[in-house]
Amino acid sequence: MKMVWVLALKELRDGLRNRWIGAAILLLGTLAIALSLLGSAPTGSVRASDLDITVISLSSLSVYLIPLIALMLSFDALVGEFERGTMMLLLTYPVTRWQVIMGKFLGHVLILFIAIFAGYGGAILIMTMLGGSLAGWQAYLVMMMSSLLLGSVFIALGYLLSVLVKERATAAGSAIGLWLVFVVLYDLVLFGALLLDEGQKLSQQLFATLMLISPTDSYRILNLSLFDGVSDAAGIAGIASEAGMSSSLLSGVMLLWVIVPLVATLFVFQRREL
Amino acid sequence: MSKPAIETNVIALQEVNKTYANVKVLRDINFNVQSGECIVLVGHNGAGKTSLMKLMLGLTKPTSGDVQVLGKNPAFSASVAQGLALGYLPESVAFYEAMTGREVLSFYAQLKGAGKAECEKLLDLVGLGDAAKRRVGTYSKGMRQRLGLAQAMLGNPQLLFLDEPTTGLDPILRQHFYELIDELQKDGATSIISSHSLHEVEGRASRFIILKSGKMVAMGSLDELYQQATLPVKLKVSVSEGQAARVAERLDMHLNSGVNIMHVNNKSFHLECFKDEKMPLIRHISNLGEDVQDMQIMPPRLDELYSHFMSEERS
Repeated sequence: MKMVWVLALKELRDGLRNRWIGAAILLLGTLAIALSLLGSAPTGSVRASDLDITVISLSSLSVYLIPLIALMLSFDALVGEFERGTMMLLLTYPVTRWQVIMGKFLGHVLILFIAIFAGYGGAILIMTMLGGSLAGWQAYLVMMMSSLLLGSVFIALGYLLSVLVKERATAAGSAIGLWLVFVVLYDLVLFGALLLDEGQKLSQQLFATLMLISPTDSYRILNLSLFDGVSDAAGIAGIASEAGMSSSLLSGVMLLWVIVPLVATLFVFQRREL
Repeated sequence: MSKPAIETNVIALQEVNKTYANVKVLRDINFNVQSGECIVLVGHNGAGKTSLMKLMLGLTKPTSGDVQVLGKNPAFSASVAQGLALGYLPESVAFYEAMTGREVLSFYAQLKGAGKAECEKLLDLVGLGDAAKRRVGTYSKGMRQRLGLAQAMLGNPQLLFLDEPTTGLDPILRQHFYELIDELQKDGATSIISSHSLHEVEGRASRFIILKSGKMVAMGSLDELYQQATLPVKLKVSVSEGQAARVAERLDMHLNSGVNIMHVNNKSFHLECFKDEKMPLIRHISNLGEDVQDMQIMPPRLDELYSHFMSEERS
């Protein structure tokens, strides 16, 4: 475990050194402040506390942004070290390949943790100091934690990509492709099918399952339907519970999306010759 | 009493073959390395030196055959490292560019369980003490190589793999580097060095392995290589002023056809003969009397042996 920690701290220091973390905190914090300032405008007469509204808009934006940030962190993690030759030297040290992957993962998750909690959390602190209400903070906290989980999914997916491709340029291109498929295209196709089908063949159950298996949709449902205040304001009250989706099922699906790519990465990496 | 051979074998390779994408990079490699030996791998670029090192380091697996390092298969172990200090300096070493020299070294030290004090000592030793707080990205090639050496030396390794260790080092640093290796060797470290500069390694290797297109064409100490090679020995005979031609002529009458007399000038001439004719020839020379003032025997040097083995197996 000590080895994993040493490797993780190295990644964390890299993140601080190249101002990655700073930039991400700034970006996420600014967005959170902007959205919570704007957030109260569209509510009109609907009674919802400020933070609930912020969760709606912020989670809708995070679902695009967090995967992008996570992929930018991870796509280079393995192929970059193969290409530069640093991996070869590292593996002659008393570390297993398993420790290398877990160390990197822990380090990158820590970077994301700092970025999300300092960015989103810091924004809330500033808003409270400016006289905003803290009501609905539970939903906000869940949003931060599930954002970290969503980010971890895309870190793991980024590693799998990184261990499979031969060149860094390919990894960068594929990362954008991966993002498009998971964040944009999957939902587009799903909703397109739903529209064309007009409720004929696609049962509600099947549709719910198709949404559930996508990590980004799981994240959306988790944030928009878990708390009454949020789901009322978002206009989707009761949808998740009707489809039988509990928060533990939703986060379980996302956790699977972390574990499976990580194990697959390790599987490929173990067989790789340097 | 000598220990059983199996215990002193640090490295053992048997019938090792390695194929990359249908190219045979190593063929039928067999050798054992005993504890404390210094093995030098020589061969052209692409002869398989680096591939051989990677196999021993467990970075790659043999296509067929068996590799054992300290009695274990390196490919299945934690990078060969069950409590073993191992040092590796890759050819054209690469580091994490954004980290400073000191950070890089202490990162590696933590992985090897070495202390901060040792890092500072090594940084000073390789002459990077002043540059330690600069980013590795700003380092010159020589400085990277020195940092590479420092990381290889971390934790007093008992087994060293050095791939072209002195490229990019100035002559003084080269000297210094070999002194460091000698230090480790005195403590019983085993080292595997690949090198292009034959004269540098000529005096320090316990054995040489000559590789050509992935095959071992020769293995042994300088003496053994000389025995294996059918290379002529050169002798230089110095005689009294103006007597060279006459003495050479007298000698020529007694000689077999296998001996060549060359470069006859005023006071010296050269002779070339094969091993089995050397001693009779020397006896003849000493019988030539007072005219002969001096004689030098020049056995083949490593570079001559090397080019001999390289051209021999042209089949």
